[in-house]
Amino acid sequence: MLEPFVLRALAAGIGIALIAGPLGCFVVWRRMAYFGDSLAHSALLGIALGLLTGISSNLGTVLVCSAFALILLWLQHTRILATDTLLGILAHAALSLGMVAISFAGNQRFDLHSYLFGDILTVRVEDLYWIFGGGVIALTLLFKNWFSLLLMTIHEDLAKAEGVRTFWVNLLLMLLMTIVVAVSIRIVGILLITSLLAIPAATARQWVRSPEAMAFLAAIFGLLAVIGGIFGSAYFDTPTGPSIVTAATAMFAFLFPIAALVKRQRAFP
Amino acid sequence: MKPLISAKHVSVYRDSQPVLKDVSLDIGENDFTTIIGPNGAGKSMLLKCLMGFYAPDKGHVTPREGLKIGYVPQRLTADPTIPITTRRFISLRKKVTKKEVLSVVEETGIEASLEKPLSVLSGGELQRVLLARALLDSPELLVLDEPAQNLDITGQLGFYKLLDRVYHERNLSVLMVSHDLHLVMSSTKNVLCLFKEVCCMGEPRVVARDPEFVSLFGDDMAQLMASYQHHDHNHGHDHDHDHAYHEHGHTITQMPVSAQKIGHKDHA
Repeated sequence: MLEPFVLRALAAGIGIALIAGPLGCFVVWRRMAYFGDSLAHSALLGIALGLLTGISSNLGTVLVCSAFALILLWLQHTRILATDTLLGILAHAALSLGMVAISFAGNQRFDLHSYLFGDILTVRVEDLYWIFGGGVIALTLLFKNWFSLLLMTIHEDLAKAEGVRTFWVNLLLMLLMTIVVAVSIRIVGILLITSLLAIPAATARQWVRSPEAMAFLAAIFGLLAVIGGIFGSAYFDTPTGPSIVTAATAMFAFLFPIAALVKRQRAFP
Repeated sequence: MKPLISAKHVSVYRDSQPVLKDVSLDIGENDFTTIIGPNGAGKSMLLKCLMGFYAPDKGHVTPREGLKIGYVPQRLTADPTIPITTRRFISLRKKVTKKEVLSVVEETGIEASLEKPLSVLSGGELQRVLLARALLDSPELLVLDEPAQNLDITGQLGFYKLLDRVYHERNLSVLMVSHDLHLVMSSTKNVLCLFKEVCCMGEPRVVARDPEFVSLFGDDMAQLMASYQHHDHNHGHDHDHDHAYHEHGHTITQMPVSAQKIGHKDHA
């Protein structure tokens, strides 16, 4: 039978994959991969905050990542520097601050490696509450705003003209990503969160004709990657995050050329 | 009759540089107003203010209660990473029935594009699709931001012809930013010539003779306008104006002089 820690990890992974799939589509469509990466880097400061103050590291991460998103929005609004410059500054500032703070905390048992690459052994029941609670909130908000988000992604001014409050919807998308980042750290790790968002959605793209189908298929691909990766990690004793991403990449590498072939067949039968 | 949109003394500053200076404008029912002006004249900013995307630093914009606006942006860069058909895009978010969609599709002649992915449409097809989308929910005002900017000449003519037909059949008001004044001359009722402030405003034939217009657009545009006036002459209305313009048109070499005359203004 499966060890309880593997079951906990599987439950966590499934929850994450279900929300990462639809949200990952917007990461692909709106070119937010670098934003997601920067957000994840800043999560280390949230973990440090948790260690120093004794609050849950999940809560610490949500707080720090939300602050990160708000500061970014404000700096973007000043139009003085380009977004990728701002992200580079903020991400590495938060990462460095986090590392400095952690070394001040002097916690002997702190295992940086498990935060960077994920570790199924660290998933606790409390984390499952966070994942499924946060996941349900995130999915509900995502679906409630699905049409606004989609229209805004296709054309921002068109959405504005039709009454979409684009500033708030944009902010919402950023906050949804902070939730996903916060709850994914245990499983995939800070360095690999973006790939869990981007790879399943990218794999799904060629097989669908509607945005909803892409979101659904991305969730399925994410699910397969998470399940395959966690079993691989448990049996081969490999780091969890990299195992999941390897599984996702294998799917992408296998399906991408096939989709291209199928399309060619259809075009030149 | 209360105007659809009324802008009073609208001014916008960016980095303490004026983008719009004291612009006042009313859009009435069944108006067709074209805003022209060189790049950087604040045309897009004026549209943003009129549509309520941007709050002016001074002055105010008052839309009529419950005004329904259809918006056609300058261009849509359909991203191939988003899988969406044209049909789906047209009905996205708006509460519409299939019948309404079919009727605007027929009106704009985009039946052939419906099942195609949005990302494979040509520029001309896309602009028609955007117009079709804007016409859903029967707007009282169509706002278009340089809608034919990225089309070839056939596409431009086709688009403006379609717009003219929609304007006459639907009895709505049109507010448009356009560089192609020579193409919309016969449709538009009013021209607003903008360079941060309102340089001149009125019927196209009057504006075309205004020295401010000539100074902003130069001889080439004046030539085009002259050729338009000949066409108009053939239709045979308003002879006085036309003869007056003939003189102007034949002595076109004198244009730079009049341009020079007002050349000391800040926008020369």
